[in-house]
Amino acid sequence: MSIETVIAAIMVGALIFYALLGGADYGGGVWDFFARGRRAEEQRDLIAKAIGPVWEANHVWLILVIVVLFTAFPPAFAAIGTALHVPLALMLIGIVLRGTAFTFRTHDVKRDAMQLRWSLIFSIASVITPVLLGVTLGAIASGRIRVENGVVTSGFVQAWLAPFPWAVGLFALALFAFLAAVYLTLETRERALQDDFRRRALISGAAVGLLALAVLLLAKNGAPRIYAGISGSPWSAGLHVFTGVAATGALYSLWRRRYRIARLCAAAQVALILSGWALAQFPFLVGPDITISSAAAPRATLKLLLVALVAGALLLFPSLYYLFRIFKGRTVFTALVGQSNTEKRS
Amino acid sequence: MSDLLAARSQMAMSLAFHIIFAVIGIGLPLLMIIAEWRWLRTKDEASLTLAKRWAKGTAILFAVGAVSGTVLSFELGLLWPGFMAYAGGIIGMPFSLEGFAFFAEAIFLGIYLYGWDRVSPRAHLSAGAAVAASGALSGIFVVIANAWMNTPAGFRILDGKPVDVDPIAAMMNPAAFTEILHMMLAAYAATGFIVAGIHAFMLLRDPRNLFHRRAIAIALAVGGAAAVLQPLSGDRLAKVVARNQPAKLAAFEGQFETKKRAPLRIGGLPDERAGVTRYAIEIPYGLSLLAYGDPQAIVRGLRDFPEDERPPAAIVHVAFQMMVACGFAMMGVAIWGARRRWRARGTGGDAWLDSRWFLCALVAASPLGFFAIEAGWTVTEIGRQPWIIYGVMRTADAVTPMPGLIVPFITFTLLYIFLAVITVWLLLRQVAASPRILRPAGAVEDEAPRVD
Repeated sequence: MSIETVIAAIMVGALIFYALLGGADYGGGVWDFFARGRRAEEQRDLIAKAIGPVWEANHVWLILVIVVLFTAFPPAFAAIGTALHVPLALMLIGIVLRGTAFTFRTHDVKRDAMQLRWSLIFSIASVITPVLLGVTLGAIASGRIRVENGVVTSGFVQAWLAPFPWAVGLFALALFAFLAAVYLTLETRERALQDDFRRRALISGAAVGLLALAVLLLAKNGAPRIYAGISGSPWSAGLHVFTGVAATGALYSLWRRRYRIARLCAAAQVALILSGWALAQFPFLVGPDITISSAAAPRATLKLLLVALVAGALLLFPSLYYLFRIFKGRTVFTALVGQSNTEKRS
Repeated sequence: MSDLLAARSQMAMSLAFHIIFAVIGIGLPLLMIIAEWRWLRTKDEASLTLAKRWAKGTAILFAVGAVSGTVLSFELGLLWPGFMAYAGGIIGMPFSLEGFAFFAEAIFLGIYLYGWDRVSPRAHLSAGAAVAASGALSGIFVVIANAWMNTPAGFRILDGKPVDVDPIAAMMNPAAFTEILHMMLAAYAATGFIVAGIHAFMLLRDPRNLFHRRAIAIALAVGGAAAVLQPLSGDRLAKVVARNQPAKLAAFEGQFETKKRAPLRIGGLPDERAGVTRYAIEIPYGLSLLAYGDPQAIVRGLRDFPEDERPPAAIVHVAFQMMVACGFAMMGVAIWGARRRWRARGTGGDAWLDSRWFLCALVAASPLGFFAIEAGWTVTEIGRQPWIIYGVMRTADAVTPMPGLIVPFITFTLLYIFLAVITVWLLLRQVAASPRILRPAGAVEDEAPRVD
């Protein structure tokens, strides 16, 4: 495997981490938006408590993807920035409003009517941002960004103003909401709250299934290369089986209230979906004109970047482990065995 | 407004906004851990309260800095795809390293802010130290990339394309070290002064509150030390500019004619049409001496450069003067404070803060660090024009072909104005809710210790 392929694979890995962690934080905001009923305030508090200490760290996965993209594959970054200027700029507004509104709500000295406004901005931005992220990824996957001699020739709207990218946008939203709901079942010991999020997880899990089907159907015309990859490659059957098992496993365990297994399955499902997309798109970064090797930065840079990524990971993962052990110790690092006992007690 | 101007304005506005938060993200964690360390050592109540309050401020400001920094990393591609396609492979490296530094900052800030009762005091302090260190590292990596735009290195151009790329040589470019030094000192000075100024304002209204006295002692020690050292780094940086970017140096000084024994100008307004700088106080030999260490040295004037390679002298010169003026004013206040503190030594305590004049000076000086930073970045960015990579790529060739750039410019400007207003309002609410910690019994006042 060439060095640029290794770096591209690391980028996909970082994107998967972003979806599993940062994506779920957006999903938390989605459930803040849909907080209803007698326990609406308790639901909101639980969400805020769950994402408060970790959302900024989780957000950095996205930055990592971007800086690695422009260091290792500069022409691809330039083409994406040009052709997808509009959805990316809108996504940035969402990112800014989500993060600041959440912080302003959390760290304000007083509790008054302002909190409600921050809540609203936080939750609306949490709904819109994942859609735009999905639109961006969908547009890149669609193969409609055309580049000649480093110049984007397909215009500034054609690539993203199509059914396929928007279906991917809604799919991303459903996935993030699903992940968040599943994770949130483990953030509380209160049975009623757990059931609230169990119900939400089941509903959004069903939405994920329907939207996955829609994305697949639209891909036939909207992203033919991806469609060919996920329907006819040597690996596609295996991918479908594993993703199907993970998805069914997640829903079944939710139904049986086996939340730890549900979380494992949901995370696996998301990781498999993103990996499938990456495999189907390989070796293109921005198909059909930019491949991993045609966009690769000079070898000296790639080598140094790989060293930095490995060294960075050696520092990063223990730090992340420490962070999650402190704040998610009970929910993340307790062994899977014996879970049904603790859950029965709660 | 042309698309190029809109793109430049959006970038300038985004950077001018972000840098305030980035700088506080570098400086405030340092103040915060000094206060916490002081509390661990002396069990002084006021220091702990201070650490907690500064942590609140850090939380709000860091979040705004994190998201506005995200915007910038995307804007490199949204506005300057030509630059990124050319330079990403050469100078993307420090941005990638910055990504990791930012990661560490976010992780340990989470632990610091939410972990007061969850980790041991020592682990908590270490988390704060990690935030301060990684914040400084983030700043250093970003400045390295900017220094490369001023003094590009680590590649050769063959048929208009960069070859023989050496990313380490690119990072070790001639301006890197001095620009880092100048920016880091600026960050500590600006944060120290604004924090000291805010607490001085509150102390004027509530003269016996120990909380504000402790705050000023810490903030001014950090900010003052940086402010006193800053002119030295500024002098070194000017010499680097003289060697590598002579047109920029000429713009700093409003020097139009190439001249031996060039004077240093204080004040003045360059008239670019007429090619003269009027109303300035000129110190003979000053520029030749400062830029090259030799009063006889020849300084190249702007007229020596083709017309389409000259930076706009008026903006650059005025901004340069503003930066220097702010810097010297801060240095003056820092020296005044140090003298007062030195004289009051042995009296045990903070009697050196019992001067309304001095406190008023601190209040007046509090925003100067940020004025100097904004002016300084104007100097370095406008002074580099018309180049985005000095001597290699013009800004006009780097901009996106996307039309209608005025729309994102206005949108992001409105968004940032909104955020700025909210942030200031939230911080005022924080300041207004300052705790009141009075002197313990036995001190000058005959009041029992009281915390409320």
